[in-house]
Amino acid sequence: MAIKKILISGNEAIAAGAIQAGCRFYAGYPITPQNELIAYMAKYMPEAGGVFIQAESELAAINMVFGASGAGARAMTSSSSPGVSLKQEGISYIAGAELPAVIVNIMRGGPGLGNIAPAQSDYFQATRGGGHGDYHSLVFAPAYVQEAYDLMQRAFDLADSYRIPAIILGDGILGQMMEPVSVGRQSSVVTGDLAGNTKNWALTGCAGRKPNVVKSFYLGEGDLEKFNINLQKKYKIIKEREQLYEAGFLEDSRIILVAYGTMARVVKSAVHSLREKGKKVGMIRPITLWPFPDKVFQQLAINNKQLTFLVVEMSYGQMLEDVKLAINGSSPVEFLGRSGGGIPDEEEIINRIIRFAR
Amino acid sequence: MPVNLVNGPNEQNGYMKTIFSHPKSLRNISTHYCPGCGHGIAHRLIAEVVDELTIREKVIGVAPVGCAVVAYDYWDFDCSEAAHGRALAVATAIKRVRPQNIVFTYQGDGDLAAIGTNETIHAANRGENLTVIFMNNAIYGMTGGQMAPTTLLNQKTATTPLGRDFRSQGYPLKISEMLAILPGVKYIERVSLHSPQEILKTKKAIKQAFQNQIDNLGFSLVEILSPCPTYWGLSPQGALGWIKDVMAKEFPLGRIK
Repeated sequence: MAIKKILISGNEAIAAGAIQAGCRFYAGYPITPQNELIAYMAKYMPEAGGVFIQAESELAAINMVFGASGAGARAMTSSSSPGVSLKQEGISYIAGAELPAVIVNIMRGGPGLGNIAPAQSDYFQATRGGGHGDYHSLVFAPAYVQEAYDLMQRAFDLADSYRIPAIILGDGILGQMMEPVSVGRQSSVVTGDLAGNTKNWALTGCAGRKPNVVKSFYLGEGDLEKFNINLQKKYKIIKEREQLYEAGFLEDSRIILVAYGTMARVVKSAVHSLREKGKKVGMIRPITLWPFPDKVFQQLAINNKQLTFLVVEMSYGQMLEDVKLAINGSSPVEFLGRSGGGIPDEEEIINRIIRFAR
Repeated sequence: MPVNLVNGPNEQNGYMKTIFSHPKSLRNISTHYCPGCGHGIAHRLIAEVVDELTIREKVIGVAPVGCAVVAYDYWDFDCSEAAHGRALAVATAIKRVRPQNIVFTYQGDGDLAAIGTNETIHAANRGENLTVIFMNNAIYGMTGGQMAPTTLLNQKTATTPLGRDFRSQGYPLKISEMLAILPGVKYIERVSLHSPQEILKTKKAIKQAFQNQIDNLGFSLVEILSPCPTYWGLSPQGALGWIKDVMAKEFPLGRIK
């Protein structure tokens, strides 16, 4: 496929990026604000030789992903907050059966039916497991439509490499916004180590080998604990190797703003405006939310005892906890956040900085 | 021809032939099932059918949550777990991804007709080319004998201590009859395990349901009335009699579609 530049929404870019990354199974259920994604899949997945199913529910959709992944396909589902809540049981089973899968959450306001405005209030659900049991999913938070497209390759590659669910955590703005995107090229992000990953565990029929079983059930005494210890070892390796972030002006800053996804775009504008006014501010934009890029925070906190962090979120302080855990008390951490339709704007951020920078 | 008395009658000298043996698709181990339970028989019938249709190397089973949760420990072919009620969503995806394989689900009454009713109806309505083995024993066995959607009126269970009362607990759900009206459904038959004769009919129905999939005919379901002496509070023999005399009156045997 030749490289070309097209104007496309975030939802469509995620779908296009998934197909480009080898996704050949998609099941989903309509929910706003991610409907362009399911429509794109309905149109283009069959063209790519893959399977598209409009499922009868979010429960069916995520369990179809379980089945498709178990049968060896690169499989994905997408939804928005209330629908993703419904998928949590299935995601827990996927983690427990060590299946690769990609789950897209284009977040909207909650709790409950909430509204359809963009929000970032599913951070806890995504980064803490979300369903039952001690597990994690990889969580990627694109801030740009191009990045959303590019991260799909990485999400599928790492999901396969580590046999783990990967979540793309966007919001209604990212999903709906249109930006020019270069499609058809190899992803600019380095792909995971796929060496030796032949999916010899997949269900293909037992011709020429012993039967395979895809399961998350360990009834024998000590079996589940042994399995869980191995899961934790895997998570430790991922935490060590897979942290991603974007940062700017870290060297001379006294105040570091922290934001992800759409919120980070507003924060970036604020940082540039403040720099023009001579304020020593910088920013960190986590791209992986799990593993959280704590190393860069720890490094900064060790090297500079005079720092203040300001976490800005479209929630009432969820990523805030990870920033605090990473810094572990060595610097003050401030917070600015709104959710339920409101988004902290550039002026609010600048005023907040000027107030406590005095 | 005189019998070779040293080696005795055997297959080589033509005096004996094997007409019954352990199915290749069934592991030669003991099951965890209670005395008189029907699951062991149903597992074996499926294994015999898989062997006879020579599909062991391409069959993929989807096990339920319920008493048969570890069915994959007994069958000797590829299998997937499914969350409670979601077997037909899992099976739908496996079959769509690998249409060359033969995919079946094995589900109890709670799994297929209570928590998984939605998946059941929509897989059937899409006409998924799948084989469904539906074990109806009118009870939740694994959790300790609670009311199932198929529990009979007046039947006592852990959650209907005075017997199932239609005024507050509804009626036995006849999901097979409900599914029969869907155009995507090719074949539904209700059979039973209460006598050797009925077991043979059950095997025939299972074979038909697998053959339909091999022939790409669409959704096929076999509902099997299966004994649960433990939670019916009956002896194994008494449980077989209860199917014949009571349960089969509520759930009539035979071809439904």
